[in-house]
This record gives sequence, C-alpha cells and structure tokens, in this order.
Amino acid sequence: MSILINRDSRVITQGITGKTGQFHTQLCREYANGSQCFVAGVNPKKPGEQFEGIPIFATVKEAKQATGATVSVIYVPPPFAASAIDEAVDADLDLVICITEGIPVRDMLRTRYKMQGKRTLLIGPNCPGIITPDEIKIGIMPGYIHKKGRIGVVSRSGTLTYEAVAQLMALGLGQSTCIGIGGDPINGLKHLDVMKLFNDDDETDAVLMVGEIGGTDEEDCARWIKDHMKKPVAGFIAGVTAPPGKRMGHAGAIIAGGKGTAQEKIEVMEACGIRVTRNPAEMGRLLKSIL
Amino acid sequence: MKIHEYQAKEILRQFGVSTPNGIVCFSVEEAVSAARSLGGSRWVVKAQIYAGGRGKGGGVKLAHSLEEVRQFAEGMLNKPLITHQTGPQGQIVHRLYIEQGVDIQREYYLGMVIDRARQRVCLMASSEGGMDIEEVAIKTPEKIHKILIDPISGLTDQDSVNVAGKIGLPTTCLDAAKALLSGLYQAFDETDASLLEINPLILTSSGQVIALDAKMNFDDNALFRHPEIVALRDTDEEDPDEIEAAKHDLSYIALDGNIGCLVNGAGLAMATMDIIKLYGGQPANFLDVGGGATAEKVTEAFKIMLRNPKLQAILVNIFGGIMKCDVIAQGVTAAAREVKLAVPLVVRLEGTNVDLGKKILAESGLPIISASNMAEAAEKVVGAIRKGA
Repeated sequence: MSILINRDSRVITQGITGKTGQFHTQLCREYANGSQCFVAGVNPKKPGEQFEGIPIFATVKEAKQATGATVSVIYVPPPFAASAIDEAVDADLDLVICITEGIPVRDMLRTRYKMQGKRTLLIGPNCPGIITPDEIKIGIMPGYIHKKGRIGVVSRSGTLTYEAVAQLMALGLGQSTCIGIGGDPINGLKHLDVMKLFNDDDETDAVLMVGEIGGTDEEDCARWIKDHMKKPVAGFIAGVTAPPGKRMGHAGAIIAGGKGTAQEKIEVMEACGIRVTRNPAEMGRLLKSIL
Repeated sequence: MKIHEYQAKEILRQFGVSTPNGIVCFSVEEAVSAARSLGGSRWVVKAQIYAGGRGKGGGVKLAHSLEEVRQFAEGMLNKPLITHQTGPQGQIVHRLYIEQGVDIQREYYLGMVIDRARQRVCLMASSEGGMDIEEVAIKTPEKIHKILIDPISGLTDQDSVNVAGKIGLPTTCLDAAKALLSGLYQAFDETDASLLEINPLILTSSGQVIALDAKMNFDDNALFRHPEIVALRDTDEEDPDEIEAAKHDLSYIALDGNIGCLVNGAGLAMATMDIIKLYGGQPANFLDVGGGATAEKVTEAFKIMLRNPKLQAILVNIFGGIMKCDVIAQGVTAAAREVKLAVPLVVRLEGTNVDLGKKILAESGLPIISASNMAEAAEKVVGAIRKGA
C-alpha cells in the first residue's frame, strides 16, 4: 500500500515553468513511474503551453478537471507560495506538497486557518517531499538512494533524511514511504499524523522517526506512540549541541523560551518507550535492532 | 531579526500604543540635552542592546537630576553591559534611550508569540509584570492567561475585555486596554513580528495604560516585504561572521568549540555538531551551505570558519543528493588551496558521484583525511586535534 502516494497518483506541478520546478519535474518524471504520474503543470500566464509534453493550465482547478490529478507539488517562490497552497486546497485536492523554503509565518498561519475543515492534506512547506520507492517520488530527494521495502521514514529535514535512508540501505533495509515534513514552525502534516498513517499501513513494519530542536511535535508524537502504535519506532533528534535562541538554519529549529530542546524531546520519547540513539551514525543500526 | 527597545516603541506608537516620551542618544551630551528637552524632574537612562535582562545588569537607571543623567550615561555608553543573555563578555552599549519618568501604580505583562502547535498567534497576559515571565510560568502558571487569536478576525474587543479582566486592570481602563491590545496585535500582524513583549505594561497614577518597555522580533522570511524594518538593523549587535555568511547565502552560527563544520542541510549540520561532541570534540560553528553550493560558496564558507582564532580542524560532511559530490570535492580542494589551509581537514562525502568526489580529493595532493561515514569522520577529526595537541 505505502502511504499517501503510489504509482497511481496523478500529480500537478505548481510553478512548473520556473527553474527549480522544471529541474525537479524532469527528475521526478525519470524516476520509476514518474512519466505517467506527472500529468499537469500550472502557470496562470501560460495556459495551453507545454513543458516537455506536460500540459500547462491556468489554474489548479482546470488542471484537476482536465487530468483527474489529485496531488500537487509546489515550487512557487516564497511570496506567492501560500496562495498556491490555498489554490490547491480550494481545488479540493487530496494532497499538496510544498517544497518552497522561506514562506512568511504570517502567510502560513492564514493558509492553515483556511485549511480547517477541508480534506486536503499538506506536506511542508520547506521540505524535500515524499517518496514511495520504486513507484513515485514527489520532491527534490535523490531517488536512486532509495529502494522499496518495509521501513517508514519521517523527518523534519532533507539531507539528514537521506543520511537515514543511506544507513538503512547499507543494512539492506528498503522503505515503504519516506516523508520530509519540513523545517518550518507552521506546517501541514506533523510527525504524529504521519505516524498514524504508518501504523495503519500494512506495508510498513517499523518507523524511523528523525526530529530536531524546536516546538513540541516529537513529544506529541511520542505520547501517541506510547498508547497506540503497534509497530516498533526508532528515533534520533538533531541539535543536542544547539544553543538556545539561535535559529539553526531551519526557521523552526530554534530553542525558544526554554522549550524545544533536544534533551527534552529525547527524554519524552524514551519515557514513551521509543528507542532513541544519540549518535546520528547509528540510526540505521538502531532501527534494525528493534525489528 | 531583532530591533532595539526605542525602535519597537516607535513602531508601536504608529499603532496607537502609548509609551513614555523618549529620545535616542549616541553621546553623553546628547543624553543630557535630551533629558533637558523632555523636561520634568525624573528621567530613565536605558542602555539599548538587544539582549534582555538590562535592568538587573545595570543598564536601566532612574536619574533625579540632569547631573545624574550625565553620570549614568557616562557609566553606560561605549562600555560592555553584561546580562544573563549577553554572555560573560557583555555587549558594548552604543545607544541610550532617555525617557521621561512615569508614576507606576501597577505593573502587568503582555506578550505575543506564535504558538506552533495550535498554529495561531498567542496573546499572553499576566498580573505579574516586571518579572521574568519564564519564572512566572514555572512558579505560578495560573497567573499567565493565554488567548489564541483568529488570524482572519484578529483580536476582538471581547478578547481584550477578557484579558483586561483576568490580569486585574481596573474597569475604568477598559477602553484604554481595548485600544492598546488591538494596537499591539495590529502592530504584530502588520509588521510580520515573531515576538512582541511588553514587560512591564503599566498603569499610571493618573489611570493611563502605558508600554514601559517593548521588545519586538521579526520573521526573517517576511523581511522581503518590510524594507522599513530591515532599515532598523543595527549591525553592531550582530556577529560580523554571521553577517558575512549571510551575504553569501550561508547559514552560519559561531559556537565555542574548535572544530569547524561545513555541512549541507540544517538537520545534517546539527547532527554533525552532535556527533563531534559525542566523540569528545567541540563544534566551532553551525554552517549550512544549503542545497545549491558552488565552489565559490564552499570557499567563502572556509574563509568564514578560518576567521575563528580557536579553529583547530575542519570537518566537511556532505550528503550529495541533487548537489553532486564531485562538484563539492572540487570546491573543497579549490578552497583549501586558496586559503592555504593549515589545519587538519576531514571530508566525508556520500551520495551522487561519491566515487568521483573521493578521487578528486585523493588526487589533489592536499593532506585531506577522507572518511566514509559520519562516525569515522567525527573520530578522525577529534583524533587529528589530539595528535596536533
């Protein structure tokens, strides 16, 4: 099954005509079933045109009507990205993946408010995207480092997720689905939401949960795991050495008001029965040890 | 981004928030003449630095004469002010804010932050003004009242009345409180603030409600639409290396250790710092070169790390995804040559074109120590320092 996306997903690319959108749409098409999956692009100024054979529409709604696509991926620049999410939500898509980094928090607060009561799910923003190996990749992660398997991966970062995947691969462990939920303070799906999906997915046997400083998402997820998770979970939290009050690259990776430290997160996770390693080189081995 | 108290008050006044009259000064003479022109018989001399805890650190003083204004100004200007937030070296005071003294009848606390879990702006208010709010939150959490603000309708009058009642503002001040709170929220929202703190908010003996202090931080992601906020930036308050890094689109934060880290991606960069510590070393910095690092960017990153006199070794940890390892390897060798690198350099490459990258490093003729995973990299860089010591 995998979660959220598979070979049958049909995807609209918002921002397909920009440099980033073009580059990654090409790579996504080249990956597994990508050439069938990426069916439409959106640019209000270029309806009727094509990008490498992908038809471009003026709006998400039109793209959905014409192609039956139910997923979109966004590469729109930060000042316009929140509106792009709004448009996808208004078009009643199943899933929106926003890759864009640097969206103002205020824009995301409004977008998330408008999403209340809507069925559309959001991954990101400021994320690498989502991949169901050997079926489909939607985002900017290198596809070839993955292989189909039965481990779910959820993380807030990009390259640290690739690192985790590489460690799993070195031990011969493939992945059901890997999701980067993004490094922004206001985002869509959280660790908890993704964990629930993995729990219900009959193709996922165990989950590797990678977190970082800032916020309380990992703690919320850990508490849920304690009471509901039927599958083993291994974890790592980045930022034990991060000083408070400094934004460590990601807008969301900041220890504020004494909250969101890595130590606190690790303690809560361990108290909830999750095996956590302090060593980022041991993520794969720890996961394998709990299978 | 942070700004000074006097700048925050200027912004708040534009939104109808009452503050004491005050004048910013850059010299002792300016401070004395500011006090004279403000009039009255009492003035507050306030050191303007970004760090909090200025009062306890001796950076806020009440003067009863112009002579005292002069004394206090002389005592603060161009001298380091040490607070619990500045670190032991303190922060040099370059600006003073001279304010008219006001009668304080009662003190309250007001703050606005982004509540990440609830995805709303959260208004926090307390009757315990003038205190360290984090202490209040631990000792008497029942004295902090929170309201989540609906981003579309904003802060309602009913919200304001509720807050005012809970913190015990007299009912005679309700209209003033409503105007103040709605002004504060409007200021927060329209400037893309990430934090707004009024501590204390005061009730004067004549029944006015005034922001006696003000602190505002802003969302860096939104600065593109606020040139007026960017113009307030005081580079004296920022780390020069961090400013230089930002010019090259590098995310850099100086730390206390001696092992420089150059990594792509924020999460991996933090994990790299963590593993250095785990193997007995101390990271000298956080440095994320981002997804699209070029040879030039890597060279700049090396230069910035090398400005740190404590630096004794460098660890490069790159997971090449879209960014190719051979490109990074070229950047690393070019940078090492250009800066005539004299400290041990450990490089760990993984991902796209990794073999090509390793070949470039090996054939460079440079004394680069290669590592094939994070653990080995950390072990080798810590070992390199021990050997050198």
